[in-house]
Amino acid sequence: MSRDTTKLRYAESHEWVDVTQEDGVAMATIGISKFAIEALNDLVYMDLPEVGRTLTVGEEFGEVESVKAVSPLYSPVAGEVVEVHSDLPDNLEALNDDPYDFGWIIKVKLDGDLPDTLMDHAAYEKQCSQAG
Amino acid sequence: MGAKMVPFAGYEMPIQYAAPEPTATGESSGPKPASGIVAEHHACRTKAALFDVSHMGRLRFDGEGAAEFLDHVLTRRVTDLPVGGVRYSMVCNAEGGVLDDVLVSHLETPSERRFHLLVVNASNRAKILKWIEPHLADFPTVTMSDRTELTAMIAVQGPMAIEVCKKLFSFDPSRLKNYEARITDQFAKPVIVSRTGYTGEDGLELIVRAEEATRVWENIMLAGREAGFTAAGLGARDTLRMEAGMPLYGHELDETVDPFSAGLNFAVNLPNRTFIGDEALREIKQKGPSRVRIGLLPEGKRPARDGCDVLDQDGQKIGAITSGGPSPTLGVPIAMAMVDAKHAADAQYQIDIRGKTTTARSTKLPFYRRAVS
Repeated sequence: MSRDTTKLRYAESHEWVDVTQEDGVAMATIGISKFAIEALNDLVYMDLPEVGRTLTVGEEFGEVESVKAVSPLYSPVAGEVVEVHSDLPDNLEALNDDPYDFGWIIKVKLDGDLPDTLMDHAAYEKQCSQAG
Repeated sequence: MGAKMVPFAGYEMPIQYAAPEPTATGESSGPKPASGIVAEHHACRTKAALFDVSHMGRLRFDGEGAAEFLDHVLTRRVTDLPVGGVRYSMVCNAEGGVLDDVLVSHLETPSERRFHLLVVNASNRAKILKWIEPHLADFPTVTMSDRTELTAMIAVQGPMAIEVCKKLFSFDPSRLKNYEARITDQFAKPVIVSRTGYTGEDGLELIVRAEEATRVWENIMLAGREAGFTAAGLGARDTLRMEAGMPLYGHELDETVDPFSAGLNFAVNLPNRTFIGDEALREIKQKGPSRVRIGLLPEGKRPARDGCDVLDQDGQKIGAITSGGPSPTLGVPIAMAMVDAKHAADAQYQIDIRGKTTTARSTKLPFYRRAVS
């Protein structure tokens, strides 16, 4: 399986969201973009939330740390954390190579619709090219 | 050179070089060369790295009595510093608080003019200039000139540094011992070559005229290309000095810290001398410092950064992390902290990292010491 990055939604703070229907329930899989991972460079630590935690849009749910700095992870959606990718913190180097499949961080049972502020792939590409 | 620049002490400084060019969702990324802070760090430990450290302040002292003047201002004895000698010292205030940590060199020009050079921290240059001026009034034959803008400074650090630089100057720098310096030239342009550094590796620090800096930098990069020399930024400079247990002003040192608390006793010469801060320092030495600098190895992978509280086993705050981060050489987080002297010998501490407590074991500094051949 390979996630189609052109179908994902993106937050300004570089998290990606993939919404799927599981048994009629909308699930959001969340990760961070390749752009963010490469800009951070040399990742050394990731802190994940507990399963069952309720997140609001923009709430800090964890952090990723590079050699030089700590970056908070912000939830692009509202909902309950139903799964965390607990293998990820011990395999951060793999995040570099595969941010969209192996690199998923949490799954959230969506509460309501996706926020309007999330960008599509084209808009996010544009944000990244302007950041460079 | 693809450097990621950050403002620092009024300069635009490279934090790291040649980071991979991020693409938005970059499916096309093939194998990419190692780059960034960790790659630069390893290059310095195994080959050599070049650092542009021109932001450091360079103050020159000329005239009869320059050594006596510096001896009055510095915690380290300067009057017996031979030509070609370099010493690490503190500048302290009357209370014994550290205003700056510096290198003082005694140099001689080809025309046999002798002078002293003080290399100060970029962020402290204005403060030190202001501090020195009134004291200089008591030494009318001594003149000070700020050479920072007229010159540039390049550090070449790593096990291959000396070998590659052997033939680049009229003088072979392998003839220098550690903490020795001399004035030589490259293509008839003067270069101060000093066997000193801030990485824990063997190497040189070079001072050249500002207009020669690019040429000298490129000559070294060219000479070191086969050996795998790399340009390195402030990020790697910080992880390297941390592993080497070296203090950084604003972290381990500031005006509330005395040299003994920072564990820098070697940088203070008390016997048979008077200098600014000597009385306060004698008293601190006699009583023992109230705080001490320690090395810590936090458990797990999560780095403890400066500002994190250090707690004793009962959860009471006894100090704070002054510098910390992942150690690329050791592959685990390392940290330095200032803690209450009565906890100096504890085997274990707790660190509060943004609300979560991590156990850390005490370790002797430095974290890394190079093998001496």
